[in-house]
Parts: sequence; C-alpha cells; structure tokens
Amino acid sequence: MRYISEFRDRKLADTLAARIAREAQPGRDYHFMEFCGGHTHAIFRYGVQDMMPANVHFVHGPGCPVCVLPVRRLDDALELAERHGAILCTYGDMMRVPGTGRRSLIRAKADGADIRMVYSTLDALKIARNNPGKQVVFFAIGFETTTPPTAVAIEIAKSEGLENFTVFCNHVLTPTAIGYILSSADFAPGGPARIDGFLGPSHVSAVIGSRPYEAAAERYRKPVVIAGFEPLDVMQSVLMLITQVNEGRAEVENQYTRVVTRDGNQKAQALVAKAFQLRKSFEWRGLGSVTESALRIRPEYEKFDAETRFELADKQSREVKSCECPSVLRGVKKPTECKLFGTVCTPDNPMGACMVSSEGACAAYWSYGRLRDPGKTDAA
Amino acid sequence: MTGPDLSGSVDMTHGGGGRAMMELIRDIFLRHLSNPILDRGDDAGLVEAPAGRLVMSTDSHVISPLFFPGGDIGSLCVHGTINDLAMMGAQPHYLTAGFILEEGFPLADLDRIVASMARAASAAGVQVISGDTKVVERGKGDGVFITTAGLGVVKDGLNLSAANARPGQAILVSGTMGDHGVAVLSKRENLEFETEIRSDSAALHGLVADMVAATPRIAVMRDPTRGGLAATLNEIASAAAVGMALDEAQIPVSPDVAAACELLGLDPLNTANEGKLIALCPAEDAGRLLDTMRAHPLGRAAAIIGEVTGEPSCLVQMKTAFGGTRIVDWIAGEQLPRIC
Repeated sequence: MRYISEFRDRKLADTLAARIAREAQPGRDYHFMEFCGGHTHAIFRYGVQDMMPANVHFVHGPGCPVCVLPVRRLDDALELAERHGAILCTYGDMMRVPGTGRRSLIRAKADGADIRMVYSTLDALKIARNNPGKQVVFFAIGFETTTPPTAVAIEIAKSEGLENFTVFCNHVLTPTAIGYILSSADFAPGGPARIDGFLGPSHVSAVIGSRPYEAAAERYRKPVVIAGFEPLDVMQSVLMLITQVNEGRAEVENQYTRVVTRDGNQKAQALVAKAFQLRKSFEWRGLGSVTESALRIRPEYEKFDAETRFELADKQSREVKSCECPSVLRGVKKPTECKLFGTVCTPDNPMGACMVSSEGACAAYWSYGRLRDPGKTDAA
Repeated sequence: MTGPDLSGSVDMTHGGGGRAMMELIRDIFLRHLSNPILDRGDDAGLVEAPAGRLVMSTDSHVISPLFFPGGDIGSLCVHGTINDLAMMGAQPHYLTAGFILEEGFPLADLDRIVASMARAASAAGVQVISGDTKVVERGKGDGVFITTAGLGVVKDGLNLSAANARPGQAILVSGTMGDHGVAVLSKRENLEFETEIRSDSAALHGLVADMVAATPRIAVMRDPTRGGLAATLNEIASAAAVGMALDEAQIPVSPDVAAACELLGLDPLNTANEGKLIALCPAEDAGRLLDTMRAHPLGRAAAIIGEVTGEPSCLVQMKTAFGGTRIVDWIAGEQLPRIC
C-alpha cells in the first residue's frame, strides 16, 4: 500500500521517538490537544502514546463531528423522520448516538421511521430522485471536510429542480472552536486544564488551509502544527510542537505538507461560501453556545433548507445524567474519569456520543486502551 | 435437451403446495441437486448412520447482494455450514436446505443460485438430502433467504472446542483476513467501488483433515466469519478465560483489502471471512502445523500470529506493526464507514 505503509514505518518511528525523548526537557510537562478524533484514533490504534516520554501528554479535543452535535439537533432529526415522515439520510456514525431518553436513529428505524445510512450526499440525492412522492432530508453534520459535498448536493438539487430534497444543516467550524477553547476559563492560567499547543486538523485543513489558525495561535500564544492522520505524522508533529514550546514560539506550522497548503482548496471554499452563511451562534455539545461557529443555508437556497421547510417543535432535550461527554470534549476530563465509563457506558450500550463514534475519545479509550492505568492523568 | 422455462418469477403459488410448487422443485431444485436420497421425494432424507460421533450445525444466510465477486448465496450457504462442521474437526456428509423466497424473485436467479449450491456441494463431496421452500409476499423478504443444516462425523479422540484454549498455545490463521467482507461491501448499493478483491468463500474440511492428521493435538479451530478475526478471538478468549497476545506484523492482509479498508475507515480484523480458519495448538506443534497448512491450497498464506496468555483480563492485545500496543476489541454493532 504505497503512501500509507511509509507513514507507519517502525524504524522511522523509533528514530522519531528517540528525537522526541531528547527534545522534551525533563523539568517540564507538555500538554498537546489533538483537535481531531482522527488523531485520537491514530494515537490509540497504533499505540503512539507508548512511544512518548512520560512528560508528553495528549489532551483529546472536540473534533469528532458526531460527538459535538447537541442532543437537541439529534432530537430534531428524529422529529423530521418520525413526525414529518421524511426519509432521513444520515452518515452511519450518527445511527447509534443516543438522543433524549436514549432514543437513537437506529431505534427509530426499527420502529418504522424511514432512515437510510448513506456514504455520500450523492446517495441522498439519488434517494430523492427515486422517491418523488416523499420528502428526503439529508442530515448534514461535520466540520469543514464534509461541508463542500453538502454544498455540491444543494447546487445539484437546485439545478435539477429537485422539489423533495432538503438539508438539515449542522456544519460547524474548526478554527472558531479552537479559539473558543483557548478563551475559556478551563484553560486560563490557574484553570483546571492546560494546553501547550495543538495538533491541528488534517482533512479540515486540506479544505480551509493553515491560515485560519494563525489568529488564535498569535492571540493565545499557542503553537499549532497541522498534522496528518498517520502515526508518523502525529509523532513528527509532536516533535515540532515540543521544539516550538522549547523555543518560546507560537506559530502555525504545517507538517502535513503533502496535502495542506496555507490557502487550502479555494474551489471548495467558493462552493461553501455560495451555499452557506455564518450562524450567529450554534450550540456545541460540551462547549455550549459558540458565536459564529457554524453554518446555515443561505436564504437564496432556502427551498433546500429543512429548517425552513419543516416546522420543528420546541423540545426539552436532555443528555443522559452524569454523562461526562461535555467535559471530555473540552479536554478537561479523561474518559476514564467519567463514572459511567466502562460500567454502564460501553460501545454496545452507549450513554453519550463519545462512546459511539469511532472518532470519539471514550470509544478509543475503551476499544484500544482500557487496560491502561485508569488512574494515570495522561493519555497513557 | 431444452431446459425448463425460467423466464418468470416466484409467485405465491410456488409455495402453495400445488402443481406450481411441484414444478419448481422438479425444474430447479431436483434438476441441480439430484441424488438418490433427495430424489425419493420423501418428507425427510433417510441415510445409514455413519460410524463415529455425529456433529450437526445450522446456519442461515441473508446476504446482500446475493451475487458477489467470488461467490453467491448458493455457494456460501454450502460453505458456511460445512465450515461449521469442519471447525469441530468433522468430515461433512449431508446437508439440508430451507428456502424462503420473496414473491417476484426471478426464477432465473433462483436457478443460478441452486446451480451454484450444487457445484459447491459436489466439489465438497456432500449431498443435499432434504429441502423445503416457502414463499412470502413481496416486501416481506429480501429475494431469497437460505438456511442449511449439516451432518458430519468426527473421529474418536478429536475434541476441538474454544474451551480448550490454554496459555502458551500458538495462534495460527490460514490466510489473509477480510477478503469476503470487502468483496461484498464493494458491491453494496451506494458503495460500489472498483476492485479485484474476491470473496474467499470456500469449504475448509479438506484443509482441516490435513491439519488434524498432522497435528492431532490441535486444541481449537474456529472460522472468523462475521466480526472477523477480532470477534472470533474474543469469543475464544472469553470461553476459555484466557488472554491473547498478537503480533500485527504477522497477520496476513492482502494489499487490496488493506487499501479498501483504509479508504472506507474499516479494520480488516473486524471484517468477515468465509474461507479462513483460526487454529490454536501447543507451541511446540506450531511449526509443523504451519507447514501442513501452507502445503494446502487454502492455507498458502497461513501464519502464526500470536499466542494465548494467562492475562487475567481475558483481553486480546496486539503489538502494533508501528511498535505500540493496543487492545483488539469486538466491534459494537456494525462496522461503519468514517465521516471525515
């Protein structure tokens, strides 16, 4: 497998591990937030933390699209399928996430709602074409990586005059979230948690480029290294972060140069700008309401906006009591510090989204790392 | 000789017990699966009891799509049940088959499936000695479901069971992991992708016969079907209350399967196989067993992938090819392609 196995090379990993061990100064601790669930997953799947010195700690960030979606929006999606009778098209990861009362899309499907798992927005369009008598809603979630395909679907629906296709838009923005985390009291000096730098998103940055992180890096004096998702990418990025911290720099550096440029994919950005505009604020699970952190469909495309076409009822949405997903998503608590972890909450019986998604920190801890000492405060 | 007219499709009369059902049995089932026991047309197949201990197993097949690269539901329902018997060390002899057909299912497709069953059974040296057909209304089935049951014989002295796993035993697999699951996925509606990957669907009793002859002390055999290698090893670990230590670098995965899994966000260790087996044997026998497996066409890529441990948590752990360690867990629910 060319271009994959090269980035999992054992010898290079050993060399990098030795360099990290030399570069990390014994007198200090390094706390790096990997923003993306993809990084969390790579760290656990390949055992990257085993190759880190004891004073290098990973703090897991909110970059799991399924995990940050608030329960209310999932309840709304359930309403679209159940009360409004729409065919709801969703990415598979969303199927098992528990909503209010632990009701999930997979449960609703079993009870007769027409919920279809799709692999791309084009599948959802196909379903709309094949079911002209039914309303078809695409449940759009995700960061900047999944936003351009949603924009394309809206554009195609418009050009074909598809009358029965809408998008329930939940796309959120990464740089805003990073800035928000750094501005929060959790990570203020003397606060309960600490971040010395970020492993920046890889696929997201392929779309938006590395430039959008520069403001936060400068303002909060935290280095950001855009890091690929392969284990060697993660290790090299950690080395770059340690070097920046040691030298007192706080720059945006790009380790993932084989994919990411400073300005990103401008064609994709243009598509997104055409179909979407900023929301004034959006609720994130874990972070709460964050100003200008999400996108909505522009008024000129409102025919394709499920929030315009369907009247969504007010509801009292609630998370499972004592689920610590919000603190885990903020990087303030480890999954193992949640009372529910591994007792009532497992991937087979998830109480919160972080235990469902393969990108969720709780699922990664449980599936790959639950033998590790739960009392230790670092990722290992 | 001109064959029967297969241009139509299944309707409710094919399950009604009348002439249409009789013709369906004659024109499709008996035409392909004919043997003296089945041809008698009695309510059950009558056979002489073979010497030795009998093993029985049953397996239902509901695969979508029905036809996939490397096989179809017909060959699969023969191989699946034969392999369940083979994992007990048995020589399979007889199968029965129950068909649930959905109204509207093309007769030509049914004919293709039954012909494939017949080829698979004949190649494996087993006979289908009894059958049943039911028809359900359109929308109440998914084309065709087939349940097969199998009868086989195990030699005295051979006692394979997951409960026999003991610390120190070697863990072997007969070949590459994940081929079937990826081949089927590649033809699923909404996910079709171009690939050369074929299902590994095959009857394993010939390989098993060679293995037990060469290494009678084999303790456990299992075929890692649904849930893949990870699920099957976890089943064995919890049945025998043992742990396992795997070496990822030794687990065979074809480059095409690895690439497809990479693209889709799947793990080959969680992906189904239909023509592979896992064997546990005393460490000192492992080299001989490996040689025997590699000498058989269905075991060419066999490998020793780890060992059983006394680790009290009963988890399957793996040294990653990258140099770290991780748990190899069951998957929760179904494997789902990643979002970003």
